[in-house]
Amino acid sequence: MDIPREDLIAMYATMVKIRYFEERIREIYLDDKLPAFDIAAGRIPGEMHLAAGQEPVAVGVMPHLRDGDAITATHRPHHIAIAQGVDLQKMAAEIFGKDTGLGHGKGGHMHLFSVQPEFGCSGIIAEGMPVAVGAALAFKKQGRENVALSFFGDGAANQGAFHESLNLAALWDLPVVFICEDNRYAISVPKEASTAIADNSDRAAAYGMPGVLVPENDPVAVYEVAKEAIARARSGGGPSLIEIETDRLWGHFEGDMDAYRSDEFKAAMAERDPMKTYPERLLTEGVLTPEEQERIVREAHAEVDEAIGFAESSPYPRPEDALLHVFA
Amino acid sequence: MTTTTERKLTTQKAIAEAIAQEMEADDSVFVMGEDVGVYGGIFGATEGLLDRFGPDRVMDTPISETGFIGAGIGAAINGMRPIVELMFVDFFGVCMDQIYNNMAKIHYFSGGNVKVPMVLTTACGGGYSDAGQHSQTLWGMFAHLPGMKVVVPSNPYDAKGLMISAIRDDNPVVYMFHKGVLGLGWMTPNPRAIGPVPEEPYTVPIGKAAVAREGSDVTVVTVGLTVHRALDAAETLADKGISAEVIDLRSLVPLDREAIVESVKKTHRLLVVDEDYRSFGMTGEVVATAVEGAFDYLDAPPLRVAVPDVPIPYSRPLEQFVLPDADKIVAGVETLMAG
Repeated sequence: MDIPREDLIAMYATMVKIRYFEERIREIYLDDKLPAFDIAAGRIPGEMHLAAGQEPVAVGVMPHLRDGDAITATHRPHHIAIAQGVDLQKMAAEIFGKDTGLGHGKGGHMHLFSVQPEFGCSGIIAEGMPVAVGAALAFKKQGRENVALSFFGDGAANQGAFHESLNLAALWDLPVVFICEDNRYAISVPKEASTAIADNSDRAAAYGMPGVLVPENDPVAVYEVAKEAIARARSGGGPSLIEIETDRLWGHFEGDMDAYRSDEFKAAMAERDPMKTYPERLLTEGVLTPEEQERIVREAHAEVDEAIGFAESSPYPRPEDALLHVFA
Repeated sequence: MTTTTERKLTTQKAIAEAIAQEMEADDSVFVMGEDVGVYGGIFGATEGLLDRFGPDRVMDTPISETGFIGAGIGAAINGMRPIVELMFVDFFGVCMDQIYNNMAKIHYFSGGNVKVPMVLTTACGGGYSDAGQHSQTLWGMFAHLPGMKVVVPSNPYDAKGLMISAIRDDNPVVYMFHKGVLGLGWMTPNPRAIGPVPEEPYTVPIGKAAVAREGSDVTVVTVGLTVHRALDAAETLADKGISAEVIDLRSLVPLDREAIVESVKKTHRLLVVDEDYRSFGMTGEVVATAVEGAFDYLDAPPLRVAVPDVPIPYSRPLEQFVLPDADKIVAGVETLMAG
């Protein structure tokens, strides 16, 4: 692995943080829904889309980011936001609907917005893609050496916004990297039932930009491909499309019975869970010691627990604050 | 003391001048849309800008409204002040997600932390047999959805001042120009589409209605081209001894409810005229405002003249039947006065 050790370790530490965050959110979300599942009940109401399994997509990109880079993400946004360094306490508080949250409780888990670092996400499929194009357009106009990253799912690649965004980015030669998180299911519909070609990365050819498939859910593989694409964008070489075959370990949303995926498929996902395979590899290759691993896990858990504690103990917004912030 | 000549411009040229002056003053202002460059905008709103500012700041886009309106949002979040043109408002159908789920909601969802200072310009209105995919006004629909300011100038002076206000506003502003008020050479001229416009930059406040004509017997509230229909009707009514006050809303969001209520308190009668569809729209909102704020002052139930709830038809007699005109306004006022 021709990757700085600190990056390998940082990727692992962030993966641990993401997974533990998602586990805690899941636990709290589901605990409060008992005995009968009521989506409106409990400390975390509403839909909840968790990203366990998709950590490599987020952490493989992160080491190549700089101050001022912008990210747009999806309805399944936590792993990307955590990897980018969005304030974990404010993010947790937003998920709990608290006044201390990123949006003072107005957005919730699908609408997380951070100014520094610049992060936004949306509950509408492919909606963030044109926005990333616009961020890249601004960077180019301003002469900034920043890039915009647009994360989206394989389902989004069939939206018009995907094609319009790729065309505009290529036409205007913009510093944007499109990153397709291909977990092979758009809720229950498998990719082969929705998508006319096998690999969305091939669609890059239609817009004259490089397209790369990362066929493994591996932070190191993502790291290498993202490094090249981000460097190209940053140096004025234009946009790229990356497709990463990843795994959504849990249902589309919490409460999803997930009956559309076979037991064999789920077992295979569990077998190749990057939270298992990646640290094993780091330990085997001597990059990580068991002592370090223990420390990383302890620190990540403490940070997440603290963020969730902050969220739980924070006040709700005043009801009438619903009327604030329609306009600046 | 300086003397100024009363320079006159068409509404279309007033819009283009406002954009040019703001581009001159602020490097972050740029324009993009279909045919805004070489063509100068199908309705001339960006006439002359390409030659003056070049293709980096006046960008012709592909026919890709979701893409470039969304890109406007991303640029606005990142320090730019884009003016993005949706050629005809009727085309909202291909890009409304970016407009109302993104542009209009990001500031709110972010709890006020992320601003989206962009102007979405769009042409609207009918009366020239372009049928129902190129002739609607639809401002009531935009005004219904929270998070966007909506302005509808009716004359050259307001067009320039509202454009400058829109560009300087830190919120998304939907700037809707009715084709019939622009003073285009290729459309039946409206005599008030050319008028005095100061050369220097100035603002017209967003959210303030104007009294287009003072009167004492009846209040006619409207916006856009029908301001002129109402002014024409007021002339006819004056000959009949009826003094009509014409309120030009100029902005639908924010709505100047006080101007509506104050005028109704004075005249005791209300007619609302709208080139938008009748149901669930601007006319209902204005009537509700008057009823909530001046119920005891009303001497007759308010009346509405608006497009009956049918798509705008093509054939001249059909279209003219559904659009408000001065005769319909006169008839409406006479009904009110008789009541």
